[in-house]
Amino acid sequence: MNTPVIKVENLSKQYRIGERESYKTIREVFSKLAKVPFRRRNGSKSQSEICNSDLGTIWALKDVSFQVRQGEVVGVIGRNGAGKSTLLKSLSKITEPTRGRVELRGRVGSLLEVGTGFHPELTGHENIYLYGAILGMDRWEITKKFDEIVAFAELEKFIETPIKRYSSGMYMRLAFAVAAHLETEILLVDEVLAVGDLSFQKKCLGKMEDVSHEGRTVLFVSHNMGAVRNLCSKAIWLELGKVNCTGKVEEVISDYENIEVNEAGNIWCNPNSKEKDEIAYIEKIEIHDEVRKRRNSFLSSESIQIAFTVHVRESNPNLKLGFDLIKYGDIVFRSQQVDSPKKIKNLSVGKHLLTCEIPPDFLNNGEYLIVPQFSIHLIRGLIKEKIPVLKFRVKFDSSRSEFHFVLNERNHPGSVFPMLNWELE
Amino acid sequence: MENTADKLSIIEPKKGWIPIDFKEIWKYRELLYFLTKRDIKVRYKQTVLGGLWAIIQPVFTMIVFTIFFGRLAKVPSDGIPYPLFVYAGLLPWTYFANALTASGNSLVGSQNLITKVYFPRLIIPASASLAGLLDFFIAMLVLGVLMAYYQFLPGIGIFLFPILVGLTFMCAVGVGLWLSALNVEYRDIRYAIPFLIQLWMFVSPVIYPVSMVKEKYQWLLAINPMGGVINAYRAVILGHKPVDWTLLGISTVIIILLFISGLHYFRRMERTFADVV
Repeated sequence: MNTPVIKVENLSKQYRIGERESYKTIREVFSKLAKVPFRRRNGSKSQSEICNSDLGTIWALKDVSFQVRQGEVVGVIGRNGAGKSTLLKSLSKITEPTRGRVELRGRVGSLLEVGTGFHPELTGHENIYLYGAILGMDRWEITKKFDEIVAFAELEKFIETPIKRYSSGMYMRLAFAVAAHLETEILLVDEVLAVGDLSFQKKCLGKMEDVSHEGRTVLFVSHNMGAVRNLCSKAIWLELGKVNCTGKVEEVISDYENIEVNEAGNIWCNPNSKEKDEIAYIEKIEIHDEVRKRRNSFLSSESIQIAFTVHVRESNPNLKLGFDLIKYGDIVFRSQQVDSPKKIKNLSVGKHLLTCEIPPDFLNNGEYLIVPQFSIHLIRGLIKEKIPVLKFRVKFDSSRSEFHFVLNERNHPGSVFPMLNWELE
Repeated sequence: MENTADKLSIIEPKKGWIPIDFKEIWKYRELLYFLTKRDIKVRYKQTVLGGLWAIIQPVFTMIVFTIFFGRLAKVPSDGIPYPLFVYAGLLPWTYFANALTASGNSLVGSQNLITKVYFPRLIIPASASLAGLLDFFIAMLVLGVLMAYYQFLPGIGIFLFPILVGLTFMCAVGVGLWLSALNVEYRDIRYAIPFLIQLWMFVSPVIYPVSMVKEKYQWLLAINPMGGVINAYRAVILGHKPVDWTLLGISTVIIILLFISGLHYFRRMERTFADVV
């Protein structure tokens, strides 16, 4: 079908923020009281009628436009506060847009929260019907699917017990089981998969995959990039209420992760396709600890590992990969793979992971920067565009010595703080 | 996939008076049923007395009123034994008071639903008012017992009874719509409701008969929408007097105005509920 199933044009939503200020004079109280039932809201011209001080407003969504075709599963990603939930709420008709227009072709099922409307005093059986009705299902539809729902939730034994007796896992399984059997043409799902244990999440994802195979249109908000990659063909990246970019899911996610990267500082993904024409390029650089967990901050007693993911297209014995360690503008040292006692040379064609370990008890308290160095010895550099910079912090491990508690950058200067050997004769 | 082109829906900001979408309410009628059922079931879950509570409230009130108003204060009762007289007024009044309290607080109480699910919000105060009808019918049983005891038979006007119930419902919903919509933004309403209902009862001919007021001022009692209605209930149930059509008429007009204005105000504020509640 050529007409889009979801068509959003310049969708904008403005919210008032802050508390209502209390009225100032009795006269104001009464004059405003008289106007109370007729006061207009949200975005119309009666700002002057509202209390004197400006309460402040924010645009949760600003001029959001996109289209979704039938059968597409679209991921909506972005930071917290980007407007993702507001977008879904607007498409679900829960909150009215301040401006803009949305066209929806088909019934809409919204899953903004798991178990909305569940009443603790009612049994699982009663809640299935109640929740199903809240989601918009017909009674006969629920009856038809009742056994399937109970089986999916694995709650056959407990279905006649009031749900206030359920564990949180059972509660969620029940809620999701009902929601999973919604058969609307359009599904709006908001991070409901974020709750629950691993097996539950797997089940939910499995069901979502089924949904996408059935040709229904899904808008899926999530922070779980893995899930988004698996389920979605397209993605929309929202930032501060605006659409940053839309497109194929892989591209949008890598752009998104790249930005996240520069702020976190401990990972860099190469966005450049130009370098992919060179004989070798760096795909990714990460800073992590011994157990491969990415970190921003390390204790001085920990070892720090810089991991480079490199793609080699043409083997060259003069390939040099490494980094400069910088502290407050001064270079502390440069280290490259060829310096290693292990003599790593002649990288073969293919993908390699090269990890450099900065030993523990070596660095001083403070912030360090990593600037990668990649070149063919004496011939040319291999990082073409803007050189990335990663950073991490080191803190004294005060358990090392009682004196570490009072040490800081001012009273203990130095780019490095190696634990050297001292002997008493 | 079937052709979904005919299921087009458009979301746009709306302004001014918004017409009531009856088709949509009809589409969601099952939700109304389930929400009402939920309210009813939940009321008496895990209680020992269960449905008896529906009787206890009006019966005990009747007893206390009989002692203090009937016997001690000697309030007249149109020649009818006071207990029966006051109960006939308490029956609709109890329903009205409970329905009004329930619907007035319904929107704020359903915060979690309003912010997460879409359905016509009218269903919420409507189901709150409907749920009380069950208690009303249970309490009617006691009325039957009292009537048998005092050997009263209903008048010919008894066919009017369902209409009066409908009017009471409409009044509860109408005022409930105003109160619940106002309550979302101005939480004062929640505290005003019990106080409002208390005073309202005294203004209505529950404890005393309309005849206690001088005839030329009786129409004032009917400006209170429940005034003419309660008076008519008595006439219809006890058959001691013909129905006072003037009073009933005035009250009916007021009820209709309250209902329609309540619907419109509610619809107008509806779009802000999820943002403000």
